[in-house]
Amino acid sequence: MLIADRVIAIAIMALSAYFMWHAIALPIGWNGMTGGPGGGAFPFWLSLIMLLSAGGVLIRSLMQAPSSQHFFDSQMLRSVILVVVALFVTIALIPVLGAYIAIPLFIFWYIKMYGRHGWVLTAALTIGTPVFLFFFFEVTLKILLPKGVTEPLFFPLYAMFF
Amino acid sequence: METLALLADGFATSLSPINLMIVILGVTAGLFIGAMPGLGSVNGVAIVLPLTFIVPPSSAIILLCAIYYGAMYGGAISSILLGIPGASTAVATTFDGRPMAQQGKAGLALIAAAVASFVGGTISVVLFTLFAVPLADLALAFGPAEEFALVLMAFTTFVGLGGDDKLKTIIMICLGLVLSTVGLDLISGQPRLIFGDLPGFYSGVSFLVLAIGVYGIGEILYTIESSRTAPQVTPAKISLRDLGDGIRTMNRMWRTMSLGSFLGFFVGMLPAAGATPAALMAYGIARSTSKDPKSFGKGNIEGVAAPETANNAASTGSLLPMLTLGIPGSPTTALLLGGMVMWGLMPGPMLFIEQPDFVWGLISSLYTANFAAVAINIALIPLFVWALRMPFTVLCAIVMVLCIVGGFAPSQKMHDVWLIAGFGVAGYLLRKADYPLAPLVLALVLGPLMEKSFRQTLISEQGNVLAFIERPLSGTFIAIAALFFVLPLVKYLRKGGRRSVAPAE
Repeated sequence: MLIADRVIAIAIMALSAYFMWHAIALPIGWNGMTGGPGGGAFPFWLSLIMLLSAGGVLIRSLMQAPSSQHFFDSQMLRSVILVVVALFVTIALIPVLGAYIAIPLFIFWYIKMYGRHGWVLTAALTIGTPVFLFFFFEVTLKILLPKGVTEPLFFPLYAMFF
Repeated sequence: METLALLADGFATSLSPINLMIVILGVTAGLFIGAMPGLGSVNGVAIVLPLTFIVPPSSAIILLCAIYYGAMYGGAISSILLGIPGASTAVATTFDGRPMAQQGKAGLALIAAAVASFVGGTISVVLFTLFAVPLADLALAFGPAEEFALVLMAFTTFVGLGGDDKLKTIIMICLGLVLSTVGLDLISGQPRLIFGDLPGFYSGVSFLVLAIGVYGIGEILYTIESSRTAPQVTPAKISLRDLGDGIRTMNRMWRTMSLGSFLGFFVGMLPAAGATPAALMAYGIARSTSKDPKSFGKGNIEGVAAPETANNAASTGSLLPMLTLGIPGSPTTALLLGGMVMWGLMPGPMLFIEQPDFVWGLISSLYTANFAAVAINIALIPLFVWALRMPFTVLCAIVMVLCIVGGFAPSQKMHDVWLIAGFGVAGYLLRKADYPLAPLVLALVLGPLMEKSFRQTLISEQGNVLAFIERPLSGTFIAIAALFFVLPLVKYLRKGGRRSVAPAE
């Protein structure tokens, strides 16, 4: 628990420093001309407060005695990592294979391989979800989801609904 | 009197068939979302917001408010039937709701929760109606200095009154504010914090991206980890006789319920407090003022009624500062505020003058939402029992897909979808490390207002920083803010020697 706390505090400190480095691209001091802080002042000084507070959390955590409590539930951590990886793979695939291939793949993986559900439920959700998405977003809202290489397959559908 | 006339006009809007349908749809969706363990009003609103483009803006807000309401009712359902709070706001409902279900009185407990929610909702909507106009009138006098002071005060309530770690709260407020500055500088128009010129950052970080990430993906990851075994659903059957019994029993609890409503309403208005602490406080008061405090925790129906009135009243209470001042009283109302700004309905006193039809239509829809929620809640109990048996993996998969597509839809950029995934993982880790997420979301929504009002004031006052304390209203707000900020410090110093004493909760 404490190690995770320290790692997160250090990560926040690093993030704050990164923000500060980017913020100084704009004036961070008092601008005498307009009477008020420059454009970079808000992100810079707030990041500094964040850096100092995270430093406080780190110091406090270093002074505490280590506890035996674990940050992650070791049995469930594998599930969480699996789902996160599947999510990232799905998002990466969307611009390439298109949302209508990537999302059903994700559902299939989640329901059948991860959830170990039956074929009927898997098929219903794998087919039903993209159909719902198509009618909700493309037909009703006129928001086109990315289709990647599958774009030509949708031309007849466009002709039908638009 | 004037208020009544305006409210009557409002009903003309909210009772139109389309809006009535929207309220019923929203409440039903909210009830299901609330009933699902792990998903509460804030998750529901975050996930559904991108889907509301399908209706006109004013109806979209009514829909989201109805979801908010429905989710507050629905939270009790899984608290009672599963013993797992459907949302954090329904934690206190498990204390007596679960024992009641185990004693075979699940039906009665569900009816009590629904009726109590209705009472809490209705009393608080009446209070809302009474306070809205005076508060909006007061807010008309606000200039940029007052706006800044008010936002500052809202943030300091998290430090002074919030139950979370102070340092971590400050970190989350600053992180939200810094994220809100990404994009183009408000005053000079120059790009800043675009991280190596990534074009996606020019338009800033949308509140919706953060909210879907943290409350959609993050929440699901959190629930995956914490739900190792499938929970046991207690069967519940409802007959008309139960309904009569329930209402008769509830009729004896007016004192508890009105206390819970008032408490919930006023606690709900504070950004740092809200429905969860309000429900816990109402439960505590009901127990300590009861003639039979020992029966609490063992299935006392009053222990279901008190928190349920309070959490519904709190959800209405948190709408009041959002609509009249433009300062949200809870993370869910922060999302509503963000949505309204997105649709060009800037909340605040001017909204009452420029868009009275919308404002009063919305307020009157809260009345109809309450009626719809109590009726649908009781009528659909068998359906909820069935829905709670739905495998959790199915819910996760659907929510994940909605997050991906819902994140893409508003901006139509994959950049935002990646950000959502990133925020989801980060939000999950931060939540596990006890970093509060509500101030983060609130800060991102209020950040632009805070910076703009601060810099506007200084420009108009030629850089005179004292302008913030010289103006009476803004001076008062700053003083209160300072008090909230010093409060934890004073407490800490007073505790000084007796560190061993457990913090009072």
